[in-house]
Amino acid sequence: MAEQEQKRQRSPADTKTETAEVTVEAKASETAEKLDDLLDEIDAVLEENAEEFVKNYVQKGGE
Amino acid sequence: MALAKVIGTETEFGITVRNQLDFNPSVASGFVINAYRGDAARVQWSFEEESPGRDARGFGFETAVPSDLEAGMANVVLTNGARLYVDHAHPEYSTPECLTPLEAALHDKAGEVVIARAARAAQELVPAGQIVGLYKNNSDGRGNSYGAHENYLLSRALPFDDVIRHLTAFLVTRQVFTGSGKLGSENGRPDVDFQLTQRADFFEEEVGLETTLKRPIINTRDEPHGTPSKYRRLHVIIGDATMSETQTFLKVGSTALLLAALEDGALPDFIALRHPVESCWQVSHDLEMRRPLRLEGGATATALDIQWQYHDWLSKYAEQFEGEHDLVLSEWGKILTDLERDPLSTADRLDWAAKYRLLKGMQERDGLSWKDPKLGALNLQFHDVDPERGIFHRLVRRGAINRLFTDSEVDAATTHPPEGTRAYFRGECVARYPKALVAANWDSLVFDTGEGSLKRVPMMEPLRGGKDLVEELLESSLTAAQLLDALGGSDGRAGTETTTIPG
Repeated sequence: MAEQEQKRQRSPADTKTETAEVTVEAKASETAEKLDDLLDEIDAVLEENAEEFVKNYVQKGGE
Repeated sequence: MALAKVIGTETEFGITVRNQLDFNPSVASGFVINAYRGDAARVQWSFEEESPGRDARGFGFETAVPSDLEAGMANVVLTNGARLYVDHAHPEYSTPECLTPLEAALHDKAGEVVIARAARAAQELVPAGQIVGLYKNNSDGRGNSYGAHENYLLSRALPFDDVIRHLTAFLVTRQVFTGSGKLGSENGRPDVDFQLTQRADFFEEEVGLETTLKRPIINTRDEPHGTPSKYRRLHVIIGDATMSETQTFLKVGSTALLLAALEDGALPDFIALRHPVESCWQVSHDLEMRRPLRLEGGATATALDIQWQYHDWLSKYAEQFEGEHDLVLSEWGKILTDLERDPLSTADRLDWAAKYRLLKGMQERDGLSWKDPKLGALNLQFHDVDPERGIFHRLVRRGAINRLFTDSEVDAATTHPPEGTRAYFRGECVARYPKALVAANWDSLVFDTGEGSLKRVPMMEPLRGGKDLVEELLESSLTAAQLLDALGGSDGRAGTETTTIPG
């Protein structure tokens, strides 16, 4: 009886956890998709000659 | 009761003009600044009263006089009360004096927009094929750093030793949320793929006057730009220039709150790092934020532990006040919680996290080495102030970055001064009397009304000259001569006296 009660008490929490896991997974894949999208956009605007760009970015110290 | 923490930021921007064979950064910086139109009104900066060589600890009294070359370069005051100029080899923007952290974050962003507009205007003037680029970062990745400084108004009564004792561990550990992120390491520090800040590698001393070499965690420059017997201006040089508005707000908001508590004697204790300089780069190199830092006395604590301690002390201190403190503390608490749980979950608020997420994503997708030039290009282009080229701006447009301000609020701040400090009087005078106002700086204005000698209006009180005190005076003065007549000898409203400079 006590065991059953415990089970019953636990079950809503379990369901919640499962839902949460599913949501987290969904969010993770959505985030990954967004990141892929973003990286594609960056590819299109990123300096084409990266090596030359980085090599020539030399600043004098300031302050 | 602590003084209102008047706040201002100074940002030096990285500059390139690609495909320009005789590129000279100082000349190019002047070119960019002179190309800026904004609202056409601007007034020449005046160098009197500057003393960057004065030391807060009371010794060392060298006076740094700007060279003729520097003085002759672009150096102007805008209608928002800001200073736009060439500092050595970089365009620099100093915000007007702001009364709150939110206002300071807004004006810091407005400065970025001013620089972006200046760059666009300069682009129109260079031969086809040359590309003008301005970057809100602090390092070229080859051992050269340029600054992003914060300034806070402090009471002269606060012993400077207290500032050193209480602020060092705070400044070292706040890097977890003040960094804008950088590929690799510099200045002989251990190699890393990526680190939290642009600047940490360059700090080599605990306390000192220097800003260009052997940089200190606590900078002792004592140049109050106000009545020296009443005020200090704390010059914090350890931060990164930040593009996220939330991040700039957190950076200046938490620091200003700590300084207010310090002035009120409300900090129950202090935290002393055993090796502050080593801890400085160690915090920056620790993306997981788990590294224990040695404290005096033998204990250890992580950067987040130390930040939580300050957050706890300052929460108790701020209970007695109303205002922006609540927002500072709640955003600060959220950031610390999120950094503890999953550092990259702050990518919507912190530059370093937003940047690292992109670099890591690209590195994994393309199977690149961390030294690949493509990542190097992204590492730089992230900070390009140009709205089209700049990667941070792309993130903003995609809604990936939380904003505090609207574009129109930022736009207004490029021309309108803060209303609660002397910046209001300065900016309004630039806007209203641009011909008669021949020079301006932080603590004075010089007018030439055509009546013989020049008239100087000192503004030694940063908190006077705000809208509520001087708007009526300005409204009723159609000319500078009328303004000066109305000011008379001294009516105190702008915190001023009119004095005569032999001219």
